[in-house]
Amino acid sequence: MVLDSGRDAVKTIDVPYVAHLARLTLDDKEIRDFQGQLDQIVAYVKIIQQVDVSGVEPMAHAVQIRNVFRKDEERKGLDRDVVLANAPVHDGEQFLVPKIV
Amino acid sequence: MNYSATIGLEVHVQLATRTKMFCACNTDFGSPPNTHVCPVCLGYPGALPVINEEAVRLTVMTGLMLGSEINPFSKFDRKNYFYPDMPKNYQISQYDRPLCIGGAVAIEANGVAKTIPLTRIHLEEDVAKNMHVRNASSIDFNRAGHPLMEVVTEPELDSSEEAFAFLQALKQILLYGGISPCNLEEGNLRCDVNCSVRPAGQPALGVKTEIKNLNTFKGVFQSLQYEIKRQIAVLESGGTIVQETRRWETETGITESMRSKEAAHDYRYFPDPDLMPVVLSSEQIECWKALLPELPRQRCDRLVRQYSIPPYDARVLSADKAMADYFEEACRYYASSQATRSAHAVAPSAAAGDEKLAKTGPKAISNWLMTEMLRLLSEKGIDIDQAAIRPKALAELVRLAEAQVVNSNTAKDVFAALFEQGGDPELWVKQKGLVQVSDAGAIEAMVEKAMADHPGSVADFRAGKSAALQFLVGQVMRASKGKAHPQRVQELLKKKLTTTAN
Ligand SMILES: [Zn+2]
Repeated sequence: MVLDSGRDAVKTIDVPYVAHLARLTLDDKEIRDFQGQLDQIVAYVKIIQQVDVSGVEPMAHAVQIRNVFRKDEERKGLDRDVVLANAPVHDGEQFLVPKIV
Repeated sequence: MNYSATIGLEVHVQLATRTKMFCACNTDFGSPPNTHVCPVCLGYPGALPVINEEAVRLTVMTGLMLGSEINPFSKFDRKNYFYPDMPKNYQISQYDRPLCIGGAVAIEANGVAKTIPLTRIHLEEDVAKNMHVRNASSIDFNRAGHPLMEVVTEPELDSSEEAFAFLQALKQILLYGGISPCNLEEGNLRCDVNCSVRPAGQPALGVKTEIKNLNTFKGVFQSLQYEIKRQIAVLESGGTIVQETRRWETETGITESMRSKEAAHDYRYFPDPDLMPVVLSSEQIECWKALLPELPRQRCDRLVRQYSIPPYDARVLSADKAMADYFEEACRYYASSQATRSAHAVAPSAAAGDEKLAKTGPKAISNWLMTEMLRLLSEKGIDIDQAAIRPKALAELVRLAEAQVVNSNTAKDVFAALFEQGGDPELWVKQKGLVQVSDAGAIEAMVEKAMADHPGSVADFRAGKSAALQFLVGQVMRASKGKAHPQRVQELLKKKLTTTAN
């Protein structure tokens, strides 16, 4: 199966949309720059689409290990003081963030 | 115009594990904020999640109880979004390879039995709890990472009543299986609801809306009632339904549109490279299958067989696992006290009497549970586990009533007292001097006194007013402080009133 490459890839990435999903603020110049760079990257990765994978099961993991479990046994975690010490804002008990509703 | 509604549910169930889904933090509810946290559930860079085997087992058990197909190959995926309830900026969930596929829940709504098919059951991690104060939101990560099982139905529920019945039936099964404590106040069961309406007879479904994060069954019922009415009103007035997420406002009783930005998500699922797939062998599944608990339906049938109680009683008792457990425990105590008595019995007739009691005992216990117990429980708004009267005490009370140590009215008073404060019924009866007066001489004296004190009533009865008899019985019972054997009083009164008439 021969797949599209080059020009078609241009349409595959909507940089402002992806930037929003990643909560990145980009100016117009950055959007243009990244558009060009990302298009190149996608076009390169797309080469792999030339491989015929019909009848091949998609892989769920690169490593062939299954069933890594732990027993339902408790272990003490971190102390709250230590945990909250990393927070920009807290009230001694909880993390505080800008209001979200 | 008539409209049909179509409803689908996503029920989130917190599993009864001791520890979280991917780390060894404790899952206890109500601990001080951020005291059950670790690098994994706080999403520290480099911390690696490891699957809690018990959460997988509980989910598979649920699938087996609901007749799902267990996926032999299952995996975990990342659901990406930014929100302060998930420190990693993704939630570990299952996308295209859930643990269980299909299955069904049998319900009964408005007297009609129906089977609601399931799409899937998958496993994910719960998110942190946010609270909103004046100008900030606070985050408690204790809940983040609690194993969360999601049961997704096909859109085949037709009414808010059916949605309510579904949740009740599902809860009953989850409780039977010990899958989750199903405590709604603690947020063990939370529900997202999809709902659309269309003109009756139109095959194509209407545009649906979603109502998120309902944490009571009543909330599901009321929000659906509101939403169905709202959608019909929009269509009737020539408008169109917008596909959107809405929020249920408990105080105002309406659903409100959430800002579309808030609701619009592109989760970009992909397999979580930190977690290895789960492959369940058929031997493993068979092994779990062998441990399946008895389900409400099966238990109902067994109660009828084993205790010879009517099917109606069995249905009421088995509807609540704790109630059925209580019943069976009381029956066991009853039977063991009977065995002791039989061992001491000298006359063969006593043993024969006990055989008869083996059937009347469970029915008597069932009667207590279905009448006094259910009444007092609903009056106090508590569960049977919280009632101070324990199964052993109820079995003994049934014994006392059978042996006519107390009459039926006294027995009710004893039940009510022990319901409040627990204890041993025999001791209670003795301490309070409630032992029934069956002694013929004592009763006769009271009967004669009542007749002497109320010549008018005696005359009334003899003149054909049979109601006067009840009055006189009442007088004797009062004189005995409720302890006289009512049947004996009545018999004796009748006899005296009719024989000494001439
Ligand atoms: Zn943790």
